[in-house]
Amino acid sequence: MSRSVAHHRAITLAFALLCLLLPARAEAHLPSIGLGPVYDGIFHLFLSPEDLIPVIAIALLAGQKGAALGRRVLWTLPVAWFLGGFIGMYSAHPKSSALTCVSFLVLGLCIASTAKIAPSVLTGLAMLLGFFHGYLNGTGVSRFDDGTYFLLGLSLAVFVVLAIFSSFVIPLHKQWTLIVVRVAGSWIAAMGLLMLGWTFRRAP
Amino acid sequence: MNPSKETIARLASLCITLLVYAQAAQAHVNKGEAAGFLSGLKHPISGLDHVVAMIAVGLWGAQLGAPAIWVLPVAFPMVMACGGMLGLLGVPLPGIEIGIAASAILLGAAVMMELRPPIAVAAVLVGFFAIFHGYAHGSELPAGQSGLLYSIGFVMATGCLHGVGISIGLVHRWSWGQRALRLAGVAIALAGIFFMWKVFA
Repeated sequence: MSRSVAHHRAITLAFALLCLLLPARAEAHLPSIGLGPVYDGIFHLFLSPEDLIPVIAIALLAGQKGAALGRRVLWTLPVAWFLGGFIGMYSAHPKSSALTCVSFLVLGLCIASTAKIAPSVLTGLAMLLGFFHGYLNGTGVSRFDDGTYFLLGLSLAVFVVLAIFSSFVIPLHKQWTLIVVRVAGSWIAAMGLLMLGWTFRRAP
Repeated sequence: MNPSKETIARLASLCITLLVYAQAAQAHVNKGEAAGFLSGLKHPISGLDHVVAMIAVGLWGAQLGAPAIWVLPVAFPMVMACGGMLGLLGVPLPGIEIGIAASAILLGAAVMMELRPPIAVAAVLVGFFAIFHGYAHGSELPAGQSGLLYSIGFVMATGCLHGVGISIGLVHRWSWGQRALRLAGVAIALAGIFFMWKVFA
């Protein structure tokens, strides 16, 4: 080990020890800093496949259609999600899982078939999806006083997931990579069909 | 750029530290969710009849080449889910087990003889059998588990089995690989005959 590396390590170690000697308030309890509901909203998306998968699906679909549409959906969906949630907070209608299945089915089929969709239709689809899923989330959080922060976190998480997945699909040009995206669409449509079956399941 | 030994050692020590630093998993998000996903994931793999048919679809797709290599795996999960939905809705479908056994026999024979029908015929044949597989397996959710998570696991496992079949089928580019695939077709058809015998035994 050279002398300069040893010197560098000694400084790092000294700095680490100095940090340990300077204890400060951790502010780790989220209620005290007001970020609890924001994190609740963020984690809600990642722990709710009925919300997460349609977001991934519309990101894949927008990515298939190119960067311009991807950018449009990137801003439309989270805003519609937040607005839908805000309206949902002040209403108390029960959840409709059948319509959730339809979003799986429609988006999955569009991806699998690489359907030609007009930009305005895709934007409308994103608004509808965001508004509907946001509304369902909003009805669930209406009992919390800080539901707006929850919706803010949720919408931010939607934005991030959309950005990651659509930016992943946009540059794909090789044949097999495009097929992988279509296969993912067929899986999403298949999940939607099975969910529809579960929704209208006849008791044995 | 290859990582140096020192970097690897640092990463290894970090991983070990993280493993030692075990915390509560907080994995119980919703009752039955994790179990539902695992049930769905394990279901297609647990039945040999399902496994051989799914792999046969992949092998046949690889033998047929483009576009069948991707048309069949795209079409199969959707048609299979239609079968699952029929089962969930209580629509009667006779001869399920016979259909599943016949799928292994016919798909195995197609791989064995390296049949090359028009893509539409191949897709219809595979789709027809997919209904039986979906009907039998797609609706068997254990009580108290999430239907959505079960469906996700079930579809993913089926798709991965196709992927295994296609990956194995890529040996078709070599002459020894073509012979090996035909032998695999023989084995699948024989397994199908065994399943059929069990149905009537």
